[in-house]
Amino acid sequence: MHADPSGVLTGKHYLDGNHAACEGALAAGCRFAAGYPITPSTEIVERVAARFPFMGGTFIQMEDEIAASIAIQGAVWAGKKAMTVTSGPGFSLMMEHIGLAAITETPCVFFNVQRGGPSTGLPTLPGQADMMQARWGSHGDYEIIALSPQSPQECFNIAIDAFNLAEQWRVPVLVMMDECVGHMTERVIIPKAETIEVTERRWTKKKPSDYKPFEPGPDLVPDMAKAGDGYHLFVTGLTHDERGYPVMNWQAQEKLVHRLVNKIRLATDKIVRFEEEDIEGADVVVVSYGITARVARRGAELARQKGVKVGRLRLVVVWPFPEKRILELASKVQAFVVPEMNYGQMVLEVERAAKGKTNVVCVPHGGGEVHDPQVIADAIIRAAKRSS
Amino acid sequence: MNDKQENPVNPYLRLDRMPSIWCPGCGIGTSVNCFARAITQSKIDVKKLAIVSGIGCTGRVSGYLNFDSFHTTHGRPIAFATGLKLANPELHVVVYSGEGDLIAIGGNHFIHAARRNIDILVVCVNNFVYGMTGGQVSPTSPEPATFTTAPYGQFEEPFNLAYLADSCGAVYIARWTTFHVRQLAKSMRDAFGKKGFRFIEIIAPCPTLYQRRNRLGDGLDAMRYYKEKSVVKNGAETKSLRIDFQSEITVGTFVDRERPTFLEAMNNRFQKALGDKYTPYPLGPSHQPKSQPQAQASA
Repeated sequence: MHADPSGVLTGKHYLDGNHAACEGALAAGCRFAAGYPITPSTEIVERVAARFPFMGGTFIQMEDEIAASIAIQGAVWAGKKAMTVTSGPGFSLMMEHIGLAAITETPCVFFNVQRGGPSTGLPTLPGQADMMQARWGSHGDYEIIALSPQSPQECFNIAIDAFNLAEQWRVPVLVMMDECVGHMTERVIIPKAETIEVTERRWTKKKPSDYKPFEPGPDLVPDMAKAGDGYHLFVTGLTHDERGYPVMNWQAQEKLVHRLVNKIRLATDKIVRFEEEDIEGADVVVVSYGITARVARRGAELARQKGVKVGRLRLVVVWPFPEKRILELASKVQAFVVPEMNYGQMVLEVERAAKGKTNVVCVPHGGGEVHDPQVIADAIIRAAKRSS
Repeated sequence: MNDKQENPVNPYLRLDRMPSIWCPGCGIGTSVNCFARAITQSKIDVKKLAIVSGIGCTGRVSGYLNFDSFHTTHGRPIAFATGLKLANPELHVVVYSGEGDLIAIGGNHFIHAARRNIDILVVCVNNFVYGMTGGQVSPTSPEPATFTTAPYGQFEEPFNLAYLADSCGAVYIARWTTFHVRQLAKSMRDAFGKKGFRFIEIIAPCPTLYQRRNRLGDGLDAMRYYKEKSVVKNGAETKSLRIDFQSEITVGTFVDRERPTFLEAMNNRFQKALGDKYTPYPLGPSHQPKSQPQAQASA
């Protein structure tokens, strides 16, 4: 179906990434947002608070991020599309409710505009050090989907994708921005509502008497009903059966966790998304995401000027990770170079996926500013030399 | 027993989940029976009724009631209920949980939902103890009762929940014990017919973990205590409602007032600021004018 025009600000704009992300969420049909102020993400909810009254949306600034991250789930079970927005410390507080959304299969979107950490860290400066937390931060086994935009235009586009993926797979979807992307201002083109594809909730067509809220379809995803429609839903964070009833034994646990994990793992090929440039014949491939992908592009240029055949792979969907493609490339290239604004997170995935078939070089950065492109170039050149 | 006559509360219970996990003599089941009776006696549209619980013994209530049931995380049912209610004001949203869940780990959400006057009914079963985890001290535990985590006796100041709710702006506040089943059911019925943040505290026994450890007998002894030591004082100053160890328990309806709910206040503000450009958000059944009969207590 197409986007509801009331939320689509069609036209050419000059927006920062945070405002663009907000516009993407509105275009995707988000009509409930709960947040708590935290730098450098706050502009997203500030814009939501200003824009929602004109389209029937409800924004509430909750008392903390714990509350915000579960208020949105209440709103989803009432039938709305909903999001929350945060950064570093707030993201840590939300972890329990990422797990709740995972086990109750509540489609919702979390924006994390990453800053330097740990703890209060660098509130106003960028980081990319929550990438593993995004994947593993809540206790227990579960899967999420995470995306990472590199520009304000992509913040808009990816916000829409995030809501669509959440509805399709009934998982929490995390938009892993960073302070640079959130605060950089560029041209953003918002298309007409009728050209924006929006995924509707998987509403059940069954009558209440025939409906089991956690009975999966062929893609392992159950159809949904909302409160107030006579379905007498039973939604619990306890391990549950297809009726939603708690069942405290290993068999029920195995059945549920197996499905929650496999609905994403078995669909990895459908969900993964990455962009490649100059991969053909490359000796070294730079793997990066978010703002670092733009810095890495300059680093690759500098290395190419020194004669290195270097290609680039940019992760758009970060989780699930495109391990199949990394393994394919691993047997063709002499090294992967992985710059990221952390001390080595996604590089661990690259190493895991490469299965020792090639060198994997970490180019860490503690955050606070982006890499110096020359540092990335030097790492590429060194990796090429070592391999030849 | 007469097999042909069905208990009138049965349609509101998930009978396929019985028996419940609650111990013999526990007060939670009694409170649920009162709640279901209140439903039968009210005109509330049960299709639009949603029950939200947190974690703990009382947190299991949502799962035994046959409405839209949400069993959320520890301490957070009010925050979940806030989203549920604001996103669909047509729903009657009831939060049903224990004092550990609502007032200790969830205290922040309790005070802010009351301050905002979120249109929800909060039912708090207060049994002075963490039951599910095995008898630990709770924010209402009185001195000198002992608990697994206060083996030499509790020494902290207990929370006076009615006073807390009052000071945060709750529009309806009542307290009953599980001995007062008729009064409690009537109080619940009354609360269904009102709008805004409504709070009912239910003093309930935990024979297994609170009473046994403190040599207070069984469930029946608790009923005797409630019967002998409860005093009805409607309209009592909430400041005076402190409960000490085996002390007198003041029960009744203490607060019944009106002020704009969150959504009413939001609509008023946006209309003032934005004029015709703002389409008022629909407020749901509890906000209908008084002239229309709405879940009025029939008897």
